[in-house]
Amino acid sequence: MAAPIHFWLNNEELRCNEPPGLSVLDYLRKRRRLVGTKEGCKEGDCGACTVLVGELQGRQVIYRPMTSCLMPLGELHGKHLVTIEGINRPELNPVQQAIVQEGATQCGFCTPGIVMSLMGYIMQKGQVVDARGIKRWLSGHLCRCTGYRSLKAVAGHLQTSVGDRPGIENLIRNRWLPEYFAHMPRRLARIAPPVHRDGKPENRLIIAGGTDIYVQRGEELPETDVFLFNLMPKPKGIRLSGKALHIGALTTFEELAAHAQVRRLIPRIREYMHLIASLQIRHRATVGGNIINASPIADIVILFLALDVRLVLQKGRQRRVLPLRQFYLGYKRMDQRPGEILVEVQIPRDVEGCRIHFEKVSKRRTLDIASVNSAICLRSNDDGTIESAAVAVGGVAPVPLFLEKTSRFLEGKSCRPETVLQAVEIAMTEISPISDVRGSADYKRLLTRQLIIAHFTTLFPDKMQVREFYEVH
Amino acid sequence: MKSTDAILHTRGESRYVDDLPQPEGLLHAAVFFSPIAHGRIQNFDVSRARQSEGVVAVLTAEDIPGENQIGPLIPDQELLAEEEVVYIGQPVALIVAQTAETARKAAGRIVLDVEEYPVITDPREAYQKGQIFGTPRTFQLGDVDAAWPHCEVVVEGHCEVGGQEHVYLETQRARAVPGEGRVIRVYSSTQSPYAVQKHVARVLGYPNHLIEVDVLRLGGGFGGKEDQATPWACLTALATWYTGHPVELVLTRQEDMLMTGKRHPYCSDFKIGVTREGKILAYEVRHYQNAGAAADLSPAILERTLFHSTNSYYIPNVRLFAVSCRTHLPPFTAFRGFGGPQGMFVMEAAIARVAEALGMPREEIQRKNLLQENDLFPYGQRVVDCRARRSWDVAMETYRFSAWKKRVEQFNRKHFHRKKGLAVMPICFGISFTATFLNQASALVHVYTDGSVSISTGGVEMGQGLRANITTIAARALGIRPERIKIESTNTTRIANMSPSAASATTVLNGNATLLAIRQIVSRLKSMIARELNLSDPDRVTIHDEKVWYRGSQTGWTWTQLVQTAYGKRINLSAQGFFATPGIYFDKQKEKGRPFAYHVYGTAILEVTLDCLRGIYTIDAVKIVHDLGRPLNRLIDLGQVEGGLAQGLGWMTVEELLFDEKGRNLSSALATYKPPDVYFMPDDLQVTFLENADEPIGPYGNKAVGEPPFMYGIGVFFALRQAMQAFRPRKDYEFKAPLTPERVLLELHREEVRQGCLRPATVESARQSD
Ligand SMILES: Cc1cc2nc3c(=O)[nH]c(=O)nc-3n(C[C@H](O)[C@H](O)[C@H](O)COP(=O)(O)OP(=O)(O)OC[C@H]3O[C@@H](n4cnc5c(N)ncnc54)[C@H](O)[C@@H]3O)c2cc1C
Ligand code: FES
Ligand code: FES
Repeated sequence: MAAPIHFWLNNEELRCNEPPGLSVLDYLRKRRRLVGTKEGCKEGDCGACTVLVGELQGRQVIYRPMTSCLMPLGELHGKHLVTIEGINRPELNPVQQAIVQEGATQCGFCTPGIVMSLMGYIMQKGQVVDARGIKRWLSGHLCRCTGYRSLKAVAGHLQTSVGDRPGIENLIRNRWLPEYFAHMPRRLARIAPPVHRDGKPENRLIIAGGTDIYVQRGEELPETDVFLFNLMPKPKGIRLSGKALHIGALTTFEELAAHAQVRRLIPRIREYMHLIASLQIRHRATVGGNIINASPIADIVILFLALDVRLVLQKGRQRRVLPLRQFYLGYKRMDQRPGEILVEVQIPRDVEGCRIHFEKVSKRRTLDIASVNSAICLRSNDDGTIESAAVAVGGVAPVPLFLEKTSRFLEGKSCRPETVLQAVEIAMTEISPISDVRGSADYKRLLTRQLIIAHFTTLFPDKMQVREFYEVH
Repeated sequence: MKSTDAILHTRGESRYVDDLPQPEGLLHAAVFFSPIAHGRIQNFDVSRARQSEGVVAVLTAEDIPGENQIGPLIPDQELLAEEEVVYIGQPVALIVAQTAETARKAAGRIVLDVEEYPVITDPREAYQKGQIFGTPRTFQLGDVDAAWPHCEVVVEGHCEVGGQEHVYLETQRARAVPGEGRVIRVYSSTQSPYAVQKHVARVLGYPNHLIEVDVLRLGGGFGGKEDQATPWACLTALATWYTGHPVELVLTRQEDMLMTGKRHPYCSDFKIGVTREGKILAYEVRHYQNAGAAADLSPAILERTLFHSTNSYYIPNVRLFAVSCRTHLPPFTAFRGFGGPQGMFVMEAAIARVAEALGMPREEIQRKNLLQENDLFPYGQRVVDCRARRSWDVAMETYRFSAWKKRVEQFNRKHFHRKKGLAVMPICFGISFTATFLNQASALVHVYTDGSVSISTGGVEMGQGLRANITTIAARALGIRPERIKIESTNTTRIANMSPSAASATTVLNGNATLLAIRQIVSRLKSMIARELNLSDPDRVTIHDEKVWYRGSQTGWTWTQLVQTAYGKRINLSAQGFFATPGIYFDKQKEKGRPFAYHVYGTAILEVTLDCLRGIYTIDAVKIVHDLGRPLNRLIDLGQVEGGLAQGLGWMTVEELLFDEKGRNLSSALATYKPPDVYFMPDDLQVTFLENADEPIGPYGNKAVGEPPFMYGIGVFFALRQAMQAFRPRKDYEFKAPLTPERVLLELHREEVRQGCLRPATVESARQSD
């Protein structure tokens, strides 16, 4: 019998023996009958189940909104789980007040989740509450009733009430957050780290962020022998060493985009991240999970294919390094040996100085899976000759596709529209899209062309304009 | 007024069906449904499911004690399929178990072999094969055939609009609890408690009064729970009848998306004739409605398509044809607008085609043909108190349309592949159930001796703000603080034979019924006080601010005193009110009448920016002038306008409901079906209400607001079309909605794609010459 999961639920300390793979949402609604948290989809797409998860960092607890439907209960060990019941006080807090005043709730089913996200927002220190921030924190919430205008208007109220002094202390001082939050750092510090069972991870089902596995196999997980990778101290974190930027496989999308070194290499990564999943999901989804899940449109994979990253796979003490470009063998088939875990991704440092760009087109602009996505990494010299090139495209083959021939063709060519069009022609021979719910094969071909054009017109605005591509015809 | 519901919502304290405390012995159910769209059941074996641990019962058609027939208009649906299956997602068996997971797992052990029959998904094909519901309908005005020769320009076209998933955030659910004797109480997430009551009774072979249906609130409905909440409630009641236990059924999102009906897809052909100046003389349209596998509400929805086929325009010669076609898809059902939007879309498409043929701006054709006082609708109702032109003019002026248009043109001159489009969208929507008999409602009002008030109506709270509206109406009519008033759950034992909460008419009908009940109580109280104080004229007694006044001055009596005295004097402090909308009728033989109590008008202006390289777009601004009568609760009315608009915009753009030729829903998860999110909706969203526009029939001058704003969303299609034309001017872009980024990009590059120049074959040779 595994050691109990020791954590805090709102103002209550718990040691529970429920299956670690049970989703936090089912635990809350079915086992504890805390029904303020709602289930709208169980696939991370609606946000109705949003809770805050507090994690000790130094002497502070940092709270992040997460979709409880995709989160394993076992991972709560040592953490503070906050539900709507845990933030209510006799009077409404500023978020609740603003929603009532703006009429930003109708049927109310989405509302508790939204309140949690916005509370999470004003609990973050060191920022100024503004309209952009509100939208960002609403990004993973579906509301079918209001049309969002009134929800966005909550920003104005929060600017007045919370203004430039968000943060837990201030909220407690104003009696907007229950006092027990002040004790949480001490309380969490007292919890012993999780006991790791012997047994090797290789015999168990690995869950990292859970954002893929719960969507696909959620039903089975309570009864499955799971290995909660996130409970391990490693491999987290990002560090620069030698010729590469080393990224722990458990790095979340948000952590990736927030990291200064990553942003030096990929200057516009935060812009791209805006098009990937939602804030709650990005707080959970890991780089490693994106790679191992092997979806043909995985966004991080496409970006990393262009950057020619290396993977570090590990089994016991054995480590193996191989280029991502050689990893995918067929639809969801990888060069991964039984029991191997992906522990690290290495971005070569020499991409610094390259021009990098990522494009993604999906039906809905945000929180949607790509119809086609594409990344490029180019080095060119002053006279506009391409020295090295790497183009990757997703959604057009059984695997996330590195366009080898197209990339090779581009090398040594001068940066002109004709070159790009020739590259597109080659790209057309490399891709093999099929028609599905994300678009017809014709559309995906067309998009591949358009996105390659978009890469060049974005990266070389002085050398070519979209117009020229239409005049060539 | 601050709504108490809103406060509960933000605290997560509002209770939906499965949030209520669980009764002892509660069992959970799951539905086993047909994986095949059409065929005969050959082998059906539930034995392995029955034997699974934790399973209490597996119910099939055989176990139904009453009739295995449901359906709101005609009972043509089996609750559980018996011999034939007619769509994917059709319930075939119900598994009842200790937990929902156990029930779902057991469902996987059911064996169902089906001999497959041909599947029809296209309404035209169904029509050709004679697969229709009811008879085709035709509305006529003037003489179209005689009018064509007088038209200087005649154009034709073809439209296709897709269906739409409701995505009420709360999926379908119900809980049945056994009562004393044979009584069963059903907690249902339904817009139509009476429909649930009737159907449960029919399925069990019970009289209606043994079934009590209680509805506290819905986590969204939008029409999707008008009649399609019924099967789930019936199934739980059946399971309770069978097991003697309380039983709960909550559909998962994917089950809900697979099994339930949605907004109807339509295809339509139109022909329109105009003068050179753009005056429309004749319009003919044929609508083929994809109704799915059962009648459900389709014929009624079809009727509203006809009613709204000319939107807010007067056309002297009209022939409107519409037919409801049977296909092997889940039965399509009510959704905000109820068929109206599909009719209006075609009208707007026809106007676009006319404008393009004449080389005139679309909005000029629209404006020239707007309805005016005393015009006739094709169904014979006269246009009274018309606000089409007024809302148009106010919109043009308030939002400075001409300057706006210039800005857009300037932008388009400056940018090569980013283009803006601007469209105006007027709407006209008739208020009333088109089935005249449904326009009735009742309310039950109790005043307690402490002065607090309890009100029950036949209306269901589903986020539209009914509770707050009734509270406002009642507080005003009683002259007391809203805090004294509690709106009860909707319950069939308190209100009998209620109409569904639909047709935007819930506040109008139930608010009026509430007023009628309150007036009885108030009148009794006034007579009493007149007697007490020896006042000669009871009519001059008023109650407001919780005090009793006579001829404008205080009598010294308070509300509580008044109520307590009345109680002591054995005066009835309860009343039931009944309201039936006066003066409406419709003759289906002649297809003429006065089906609507009144119409709601409005005008929206919409701006988009289209990235023609990538096919992606943003909606920059939507600015609306909306005719609301006098607002009851501004916030609530505004919320209805904005929420309706969002759904309309989604329907026209990114909400793509996809079925394959086997009748499989390819978009049955929120990962594949995308309603608007916070970034999709424009930041610049403005709504102006037409002032001084009281509607005499509505309670306190209020007009219905639920559905009409949905149709402003149609404008986005035409704004996008304009942006496409600014990039590549051509007139033959298709009228196919939703206009997804995919459709936009393929349309903009139609030639390249058709010539196959993106296929590798042609590329091979190109590369060799490289
Ligand atoms: C609402 C929603 C939106 C999404 N949007 C996007 C999007 O826009 N773009 C996109 O690319 N993806 C998207 N995803 C998919 C998903 O979030 C990503 O693929 C994510 O990176 C998965 O990471 P994870 O840690 O959550 O994986 P998990 O679900 O934990 O694991 C996925 C698989 O990988 C295995 N695994 C995980 N880590 C390792 C490891 N280190 N070593 C070996 N095996 C491992 C697991 O066993 C499992 O089989 C979305 C998902 C959701 C629910
Ligand atoms: S239930 Fe929808 S995101 Fe979790
Ligand atoms: S209020 Fe109904 S979904 Fe947001």
